[in-house]
Formats: sequence, structure tokens, C-alpha cells
Amino acid sequence: MNFLSLFVLIPVLMMAGLFLSNSRKQLLSVMTTGAILLMIFSGVLTYMYFAERAAGNLATMVFTADTVWYAPFNIHYSVGVDGISVAMLILTSIIVFTGVFASWKIDPLPKEFFLWFSLLSIGVYGFFISTDLFTMFMYYEIALIPMYLLIGIWGTGKKEYAAMKLTLMLMGGSALLLVGILGIYYGSGATTMNILEIAKLHIPVELQYYFFPLTFTGFGVLGAMFPFHTWSPDGHASAPTAVSMLHAGVLMKLGGYGCFRVAMYLMPQAAHELAWIFLILTGISVVYGAFAAIHQTDLKYINAYSSVSHCGLVLFAILMMNETAATGAILQMLSHGLTTALFFALIGMIYGRTHTRLITEMGGLMKVIPFLGVCFVIAGLGSLGLPSLSGFVAEMTIFVGSFQHTDMFHRVLTILACSSIVITAVYILRMVGKFLLGKMQDPHHEELKDATWYERISVVTLLFFMFALGSAPFWVSDMIHHSVLPVIGQLIK
Amino acid sequence: MDYSSFLQMREEFSLLGVMIFLLIYDIFAGEKGLKYFQPVALVLLTAHTIINCVPRDAFVIAGGMFHYVPVQTYVKSILNIGTLIVLLQAHKFLNEDANRIKRGEFYFLTLSTLLGMYFMISSGNFLMFFIGLETASIPMATLVAFDKYNRKSAEAGAKYILSAVFASSISVFGMSLIYGSTGTLYFTDLATLITGTPLQIMAFVFFVVGLFFKISLVPFHLWTADVYEGAQTNITSYLSVISKGSAVFVLFTLLVKVFGNLSNQWQPILYGMAIASITVANLFAIRQQNLKRFLAFSSISQAGYILLAIISGSAMGMASLVYYVLVYMFSNLAAFGVISIIEERTSKVRMDEYNGLYQTNPRLSFVMMLALFSLAGIPPFAGFFSKFFVFSAAAAHGYYVLVFVALLNTIISLYYYLLVIKAMFLNKNDNPIEVVKSDVAVKISLVVCTLGILLVGLFSTIYTQISALSFGF
Repeated sequence: MNFLSLFVLIPVLMMAGLFLSNSRKQLLSVMTTGAILLMIFSGVLTYMYFAERAAGNLATMVFTADTVWYAPFNIHYSVGVDGISVAMLILTSIIVFTGVFASWKIDPLPKEFFLWFSLLSIGVYGFFISTDLFTMFMYYEIALIPMYLLIGIWGTGKKEYAAMKLTLMLMGGSALLLVGILGIYYGSGATTMNILEIAKLHIPVELQYYFFPLTFTGFGVLGAMFPFHTWSPDGHASAPTAVSMLHAGVLMKLGGYGCFRVAMYLMPQAAHELAWIFLILTGISVVYGAFAAIHQTDLKYINAYSSVSHCGLVLFAILMMNETAATGAILQMLSHGLTTALFFALIGMIYGRTHTRLITEMGGLMKVIPFLGVCFVIAGLGSLGLPSLSGFVAEMTIFVGSFQHTDMFHRVLTILACSSIVITAVYILRMVGKFLLGKMQDPHHEELKDATWYERISVVTLLFFMFALGSAPFWVSDMIHHSVLPVIGQLIK
Repeated sequence: MDYSSFLQMREEFSLLGVMIFLLIYDIFAGEKGLKYFQPVALVLLTAHTIINCVPRDAFVIAGGMFHYVPVQTYVKSILNIGTLIVLLQAHKFLNEDANRIKRGEFYFLTLSTLLGMYFMISSGNFLMFFIGLETASIPMATLVAFDKYNRKSAEAGAKYILSAVFASSISVFGMSLIYGSTGTLYFTDLATLITGTPLQIMAFVFFVVGLFFKISLVPFHLWTADVYEGAQTNITSYLSVISKGSAVFVLFTLLVKVFGNLSNQWQPILYGMAIASITVANLFAIRQQNLKRFLAFSSISQAGYILLAIISGSAMGMASLVYYVLVYMFSNLAAFGVISIIEERTSKVRMDEYNGLYQTNPRLSFVMMLALFSLAGIPPFAGFFSKFFVFSAAAAHGYYVLVFVALLNTIISLYYYLLVIKAMFLNKNDNPIEVVKSDVAVKISLVVCTLGILLVGLFSTIYTQISALSFGF
């Protein structure tokens, strides 16, 4: 146990606290205290991480700790972080924090909601601090199962269908993943399940051909890779606000992170040989997601498809296998996490007022709820890649990196993927134009009230970090630069 | 002959002592004394469980008839704990006026089956094995038909005894062929004498069917759903956990110890049966509305997963198997505990009657949810670990495709487990099951199961202990 385990321990304590609370006030104070602690703790971790690197510690993972758990299977509870995980932990803390404020008035059964929400965050935090394949997989599955009840009970629309579809598809992904993990472990002849140790060994290439696609697809399902993205629109559209935020903002990043950290890092030869298949699939995700978003009229569906497109870009960039693109991929994970969480938060808030999410039934909302409206526009601009907001930095880096490949295949795919920026602009601007500007559709909307204080906290926090990432991306790229190299080094060896 | 060596069968004698004491107590105690029958029985059994939970050194007695190896202690302890939990859950049922008179028989029959399983587990000779098997089967049939004025229960009893007898007669036929081809029934001698002649293979197939029947693997599963549905719920849970748990253990030891030379023959058989059991049972489970039938099919598919541990034939497989049985016992008994208490109080067992259970009985729904998640293999519950170890044991021997098929099936199984969870938590119902009050005994049993589900996985000591003794099982 070292201090990184606090990231798991705090939510566990939060759950205990929630269990003992009786009133909504107590529940909310437990959640806020926990979320603030997690935020502070990620800040401290960032500082310590930079200090460690400045002090000259060049190890791949720092703050590592290792405890034997199941000795017969060489399963250890081992933790450690590098720049990428630190970045992801910060992102998770931000979204958990804002998610609490976005679900301030959750109804019914607030206690159960926050319990499941905390369990979900345990899974996410645990995944990012693990360096052991087994613990990583365990946390991955812990993050999946609360989704069923969160969507099923507190969701909207065809929630039961969506919850079942999401759970089963993601479990399907994890089934592929488990075979992949067992293959990696037994194939490499390793005596440990620690990723860093396995990376030093060599898995026979013919085995890699089987287990790379399994592992990559397994994580790819969560990363909304075409054709396994179909859970995402339904799931995100039906989920309650905070869950959509956490799921689209962080959970989908588990997919990208896992592909990068497990599939490509441990099986570089197969990654080289088979990357083209997955490049095509993720390329389709990018463009298809954007096109699909144009045709939607439900705000949440628009954003869900846009998530498919943007998360596709993460996987796309990872598969380009060079440093610039990989850095861009991590930046895109952060940027998309913030933007999409903001979108879902705002959509949730607007839906809570208008009781509709169809853009055809809304119009001219900017006049009545100017705060939410302006924030929505900023989020939209961030999503379509306006400079000074986070999206620009990420996409720019990705495409510069992708264009470093000089062959026809990569060039064409890059250009096609670039076109998604234009399509994104189309649906974002149309959406904003229709329901924020436009003509008032429903006279009842005249009396809507603007954001409350807790909603403002949630929105402003997300906006702050979007601006921070967009205008000063160097501190993040400094942080992840050192950590992208080992994986890339493995790939170009 | 030195009879003192018999005293080494400590588990068997202590159980026999408890049984005989209870029998006499039941016959001779007056109205007043009988009030304490159940508490006394439970305390005695707990004492029996505790004094017999420490493994001893391996030994062979009775001229090779009785083989003891340390890992058997764990298996017997698991069976003991499971029986205790079942008896706790049956406490209220046996206190009812109609059943009070049959209470002694219930205990005596249950414990006789347990004794039979003990002998079956420790047998070193096919005759001994057969005696154990029958001692476990025949009282079992009586238990299934325990509620004899209930048509379904009587029918289930008849079904069970007919198919059980049929299966054991085929099994005995197999044994006779084994004797015919080798001239001995001792396991240690057979290990070398069985070389894979066609007659021996035929003998093996006939013999093993009897065990497949007990474990209720596809295609020998047809009795399961009807018997599970008809029998009193506590008997059903006993049947699904204890009877099955002992049989899989014996199957493993026999396959490796006696039929080790035939591994090229039995591995494909198990391979096919594992896939068939898991898949067929899963597909049938989806359509079940009666929760007892539902869990019957679920238990068939769980047995299929256990085959993945057996097929490896390794010490790791043995440890995974014992661990799997332990976890499966806690999860299944928790689920059956909830079903039995609700059936007892409200006589509702259909899934649609469980709609909205969470509104009225949050604790029971919660326990049920934990049990189902554990059965589905969701972390951080124990079922996740046991499934992972079983898969790992199979993957270590290169059965990746089998693991893959089994994993795809876990998705189907998750689907139907979620259906129950959906009914309890999501579905609305204007007229949900009323608030069910559970008595102390059931509460204790459910708390034990819940703790088992939550802690057995997270604390690795239990697995490490089992694993340490599994070498040279």
C-alpha cells in the first residue's frame, strides 16, 4: 500500500460515509468532501510527480509499490504512475467533482445513486493506478457494472434497453480482453503480471497475432471503435447527467489508455503488422461518428455521436505510432473528457428546465438562460477546435503527428480524418444556431431560470480547465512526453 | 487386524456420532426436550465442522479402501459449512406444525447423504466409491420427496430416484467392465493397469456417466430443472451445492488418479461437455420464469465452468476447483436463501412477482444482487476471482478457444442474471411482495453468505491455503 491507493481508499470511505448518512444534506456533504479531497490529492500528486522528475528520476513508473496478492498466479497488487496516468487521474478528479455538483438534486434514491457513483469512480481510479494486468482488469470490470443500475434506475428515455445493451457490449469487450490478458501472461512465459516486467520479455510473434487483436478490440469496445460503438449513443443518451459525464469523460478513456498501455506496449510486432486494420476501423469511427451526429435531433445523441468521433480520433492517433501523434492522443483524451463532460452537464441542466432534449422543440434559449447558453457555445467551440480552447491543441498535434507518415495509406486516412473537423463544425454550429438562437418554440420556456450556484460551480470548473489546457498545453505535454516515449520506443524498436 | 486404524477416519466418525445422537434424541426426548432439537443439532454440527477443519497428513487405511489426502479436509469443510447454511435456512420450515414431526428425519437424511459424500471423496476402491455414491443418492431422493403430499415434490422424488438409479446402474456396469479388464478395483493398482484398450475406454465412459448425472452436465441434465422446481427449496439448494460440489471433486480425482492414462480420451469429452453444458444451460436459463428452474439452469452452466478446471488436470486446476466450489456455495446458497424465505412467507417464486422487490425488501434484494453478481463473475465479489482462476487454469494448458467460448457465455449469463436484478430494482410494481420478516437463523445464514461473497475473493489467504495443499492431491 502506498499513497496512490488513497485514490481508491477515499471513494471506499465515501461509500462508507454514504452508507451511514440519512439525509440528502449529509449525503451531499460526504460527496463534496470526498470529491474535494480527491481534487486536492490529484493536485498534490501532480506537484510530486513534477518534483520527482525534476529530481532526475527517469523510471517509467514512479511511486511504485508492490504487494503479493495471489502468489500461485503471480498476481500482485502493484501500483505506480507515469505522466499519462497522472493526467488521467486529474481528469477523473475534475469530472467526479463536477459530477457531484451536476447531480445535486438527483431523485429518487439519492443515497443509492451516490453509492453506485462512488463505486464507478473506484473502478476508474483503480484502473489508472494499476500496473498489474489482473488488478487493471478487475478495476475495469468494477467500473462497468454500476452502469447498469445507474442507467436503469436514474436514466431517461428507453433506459432499460440502453442499460442492458451497454452492459452486455462492454462485458463482451472485457471477455475478449480477458482472453488477451491470459494469452499475454502465458504466452510471454512471465513470472509476474506486472506490465513493466512483461514488456521486457518477448511474446512469440505468432501468438501476438491472436492476442493483439483480442486485446485491442477488447479495449476498443470501450473506446467506441467502429463497429463496436453502438452502445455509446444509446447508453450516453439514457444515462443520468453525472453518469454520462463520467462515462463519456473518463470511462471511454480507459479504452484508449488500455490500448496504448497494454495492447501496443506489450505486443509491438503485431501492432505494427495489424495497425492498418484498426486504422481503417478507427478512421471510420471518426468520420462516421461526425456524420451521424449531423442527423440527430436529440442533444444527447448529438453529443454521444460526437464522442464516438472524438474517441475514435484517440485510437486513430495511438495507431500512428509516433511520439507527436501519441502525445496528441493523450491531449485529446483530456480535451475530449473535459469538453464532453461540460456538454453533458449543460445538456442535463437544460433538459432539467425544458424537459425536452429535441432541438426542434427548443429555440431562443440564449435570451432566457444566458449563462448556460454562453457556456454551451464555448463548449461547442472547444469541441470543433477553436484555438485557445483544449480541442485545438489536441487535434492539431494529432494531425501533425499523423502527417509524418509519408506513405499513401496514412496520408489518405489522415486527410479523411481531418475532414471530421469540418463536419464537427457543421453539427455544432447548427445545433447552437437552432436551439440557443433561433425563434422561441415553446412559450413556457420564457419563464426558465438560469443556472443555480451548484450548477455554476460544475460548469465553471470544467470551463476553467478547458481554457487552461488550451492556452497552456505545455505543462501537460511536458508531463506526458516522458511517458509516451517508452511505449513508442518499444514500437519502433 | 488392527481396528485402531479406523479411528483415523475422524471426520466420518464424528459425523456418524452426531447423526446417531440426533436420531436417539429425536426418538426419546419428550415434548419439552424436542424444543431444543434444532439448536442442539446446529451446535453439534458447528462443533463437528470446527474440530475437523484442520488438515492432517495423508494416510491409507482399510487395506487401500480409504485414502485420505489433506485437501479433502477443505472439501469436507466446505460441504460442512454448506450443510450448516442449508440447515439454518431450513430452520423455520422445520419448525412449522406440519413438519415438526419429520424434523429428525430431515436431519438424519441430510447428514446421511453428507456421510455418503465423505466416503465417496475419500474412497480408494470402486466398491467403496459406489457405497458412498449410493449412500448419498438414496436419502437424497427421500429428501426431494420430503413434502410428500405436494404433488410436485412427490413427482420430483420419483424422477430423481429413477434417473439416479439408472445412472448408477450404468456406472456399476462400467465398474464391472473395469474389473473384467484389469482384475482389480483399487485405484492405486488401476492407475497403471488402465492402458487405454477399447474395453477400458468403454468401461470408463459407462462409469463416468454416473458422475456426470450427479453433476448434471448436458446431456445428463434433464432431471435437474424438474427436480429443483419440485423439491422443497432448501433441499434444492442442498442438491445444487453440496451434492454437486462433492461430485466434481471426485470426478477430478478419479480422472487424474485412476484414468490418468486415458487423458487423451477424456479431455475431448470434457471439452465438448463443458461447451455444451455452459451454452445449452445458458440458453435455457434465459427463458425461465420460475426462479428455482432459473437457478437450476444457472447451476448447470456453473458446473460447465468447473469442467474448465478439471480439464487441465493440474494442481492449479485442483485448487481452482475447490475454490470455485467454495465461492459457488456462498453465492448459490445466498440466492436460494432469499428465494426460500420469500417462497416460504408469500409462496411467490416467479420472476415477475419479484418486480419492485427493492421497494419493500431492500436488504433481501441487496443480498440477492450480490449473489447474482458473484455468480456472473463480477468484481469485487468472490465469483470474479473463482472464474478468473478457473479460466487461468484452462488457459495455462493452452485451451484458449474453450476459455473464449466460456467467456462469451458469461455475457449471456450476465444477461439473465441482470433480468432478475432488473425485476427487483428497475421494474415498477403496484403490488410488490410485502415486507418479509426473516428469522434469526436465516439472517445468520445470509450474513455468512454475504461475508463469504465479499471477503473470500479480496483476501487471498483462503486460496493460498487450498493451493498449498493441492499438490499431489
